[in-house]
Amino acid sequence: MTETTPRPEQLVRIDYRPPKKSWMDPSVEFRKGTFCYSALPKNLEYLGLPNPREWQPFDKDWKLPADWKRIILEGMKERLEKYRSFRLFMDICVRCGACADKCHYYLGSGDPKNMPVLRAELIRSVYRRYFTPAGRLFGPLAGGRELTEDVIKEWFYYFYQCTECRRCSVFCPYGIDTAEVTMIGRELLNLIGCNINWVLEPVANCHRTGNHLGVQPHGFKDSIEFAVDELEEITGVRVEAPIMKKGAEVLFIVPSADYFASPHYYTLLGYLMVLHEIGLDYTFSAYASEGGNFGLFTSHEMIKRLNAKVYAEARRLKVKWILGGECGHMWRVMHQYMDTMNGPADFLEVPVSPVTGTRFDHARSTRMVHICEFTADLIRHGKLNLDPSRNDHWNVTFHDSCNPARAMGLLEEPRYILRSVCRNFHEMPENTIREQTFCCGSGAGLGTDENAEMRMRGGFPRANAVRYVRERHGVNMLACVCAIDKATLPTLMEYWVPGVEVGGVHEFVGNALVMKGERERTTDLRGERLKNKEAAAHA
Amino acid sequence: MNVMAALGAVVVIAAIGALGAQASGMRSLIGVIVPYAAITTFILGMILRVARWASSPVPFRITTTCGQQKSLPWIRASWLESPYTKLGTAARMALEILLFRSLFRNTRAELRPGPRLVYGEEKWLWLGALAFHWSFLVVLLRHLRFFMEPVPNWVLALATLDGFFQVGTPELLLTDVFLGAALAYLLYRRLGSPQVRYISLFTDYFALLLLLGLAATGILMRYFAKIDLLAVKQFAMGLVTFAPATPPAVGWLFYAHLLFLCTLIAYFPFSKLMHMAGVFLSPTRNLANNNRMVRHVNPWNYPVNVHTYEEWEHEFHDKIKAAGLPLERE
Repeated sequence: MTETTPRPEQLVRIDYRPPKKSWMDPSVEFRKGTFCYSALPKNLEYLGLPNPREWQPFDKDWKLPADWKRIILEGMKERLEKYRSFRLFMDICVRCGACADKCHYYLGSGDPKNMPVLRAELIRSVYRRYFTPAGRLFGPLAGGRELTEDVIKEWFYYFYQCTECRRCSVFCPYGIDTAEVTMIGRELLNLIGCNINWVLEPVANCHRTGNHLGVQPHGFKDSIEFAVDELEEITGVRVEAPIMKKGAEVLFIVPSADYFASPHYYTLLGYLMVLHEIGLDYTFSAYASEGGNFGLFTSHEMIKRLNAKVYAEARRLKVKWILGGECGHMWRVMHQYMDTMNGPADFLEVPVSPVTGTRFDHARSTRMVHICEFTADLIRHGKLNLDPSRNDHWNVTFHDSCNPARAMGLLEEPRYILRSVCRNFHEMPENTIREQTFCCGSGAGLGTDENAEMRMRGGFPRANAVRYVRERHGVNMLACVCAIDKATLPTLMEYWVPGVEVGGVHEFVGNALVMKGERERTTDLRGERLKNKEAAAHA
Repeated sequence: MNVMAALGAVVVIAAIGALGAQASGMRSLIGVIVPYAAITTFILGMILRVARWASSPVPFRITTTCGQQKSLPWIRASWLESPYTKLGTAARMALEILLFRSLFRNTRAELRPGPRLVYGEEKWLWLGALAFHWSFLVVLLRHLRFFMEPVPNWVLALATLDGFFQVGTPELLLTDVFLGAALAYLLYRRLGSPQVRYISLFTDYFALLLLLGLAATGILMRYFAKIDLLAVKQFAMGLVTFAPATPPAVGWLFYAHLLFLCTLIAYFPFSKLMHMAGVFLSPTRNLANNNRMVRHVNPWNYPVNVHTYEEWEHEFHDKIKAAGLPLERE
């Protein structure tokens, strides 16, 4: 949180009345705390992306290429021809406004251009002006708008003020998906070098080292070994965590934050415990050491460039199938893009759990299974010895991450796991979970410090629902299955709902898992004293 | 501003129709040439627009999932909201098209002191939209009685059903009431909600006012300023059999009504009204959530620049070796 961030009581004075000036006026004020800084030239150069230069959004001169307008219009034309979604979504919106108050950024800011309908109109108006006869003839009367440099600035502001969470698309009578519009909008902006560093630096790192954080092979190994050591201290059991093991049955891909950030780290400990306990023959890879894919926030081509490593590494290591960790946007890519972009995965086998014999038929083409699907199957078959009382100090609720919920439908697996490993579990209100879940407010590459105010605004609806269950049921733990959530929800909770921690589903599996040969556990994976031990200590 | 401009445009159309009704030359123009031109524009425009959409491929399967995926056998999958079969997808589409499923989900958020965001049921838009679309369809079908001889029984039955309550003479048709009320509500909502008013374009008001004008002139003719229906039918039969008769002098309302209709259908393919065809093609709704079961092929998938394992190993060779991790080349 930066010093300029308003206090919650100031921030919540939200004025939903639209301003006097017409939305067709593109001028934007780049106020500190509400936008992300530009991408450093070195990152664009490394990736071979256009127009690397020093600039900032608040500069008057954005140093656009001389023919920027031609590039954008040609880019639009190309994408209208390549994506039916884009062409259709430009044409069929009736502006009914059903999407308006479904966007967390609109709810948190009151800025009408954060209504999904208007966010899309920002580009639709240009589409109508340059690509439809009515717009060419009648201009503003037909909803057309000239493409000017101010429009580019406005696009930048609002397309990097959308977390591509797809909540609006659930409510749209035509299924218009703002994520699709924003993704293509960002793709266009990338053509003239208008991008943000919080996205492009992880992309460049991931391209080079294999992960967002730029962790090199030896660093990767150290991190995993550190976790193994720490786990031995907590449980007395030394687990194996093989790296680049050829011929292993399963390649395990996790978001890099799991081995480098907190509270993700406890989720990693949970994975290691489960996979050790069931004796799965698996391997990590230092080359494909990132499940996340910030290409999704850049361009379709960049998704493919980064994602290619997953299948390539699976092929090189001669594994049978792939297991994926807890991460939101990673699973949008794995579920909806990977097979199409980099498949077919005919060199792999249809995933079968060697422990339960379950054939994961729903992943028979992509051949990649979500760890929650895998663990839920283990629990269902009684393969894990669980002591849920070890999570009694946590009163848990579950935050559906946008992509697993609305681009995959992974709703029940994590809930089944949580109910099996925790005894205190309470759902947030219906309108704020499952397919109607609210974004953390920091997804799609917007989780940076300089964007703090906007993040707190965007996260307000989520936080508001957490506060409801905190007040009603005493919830003190927000569980989730997304690395960006784990990175950004703690700040959000501290701001809006102090006293609620954030953790991954497998952290609670780890807490509850009774391992063979373990020493008596007195703390959870975070080192917090267990409740029953506390009671014993007081007695 | 936008609403006044649209109102102006609609009044001008009505005026042209009304004035045209007075002179026989103009009657021929509005009664014969304009309808044929409008129908031709409609058909060609629709084909062009749909062909244009269809010519853009669907590179990725980007279903919006609104329910549990099909995964483990003991977890009940939502075959309708997250369909994984063709049948489920067809059912989802049918619900969307016939009953506006997604709009039915609509809620209204409200910020109360506390601060507390609460979400209330908000079904009015859904109800208004549903009432409008279905009544409009029934009204259109009822009009077949002017274009068919003998009038098919089902059209007569539809009219009977529509006048179920048998109130007044001529009996009040429910769909007329619904259509008028729904359109009035939709206009009221567009003007009454500051947010919706802010996003509304000229074209949004124009479409609504055009429909209102069409409905109003129709209702006036049916209940208040009755016209010679026999003459209208004769004339309509001429149009559909491509043997247009001299348009009858049946009053200005009829010509205003006809010109509204012709404007609507000619305008249709160039407007947002194309959502009627577009909804069938929406890739977030008409694709199954079977991404990991069946590979979706992108026709323009092209090779991209990737950082290969070999390049990676080459760059970090010594570090990999020092860390004791396996190498392809020692």
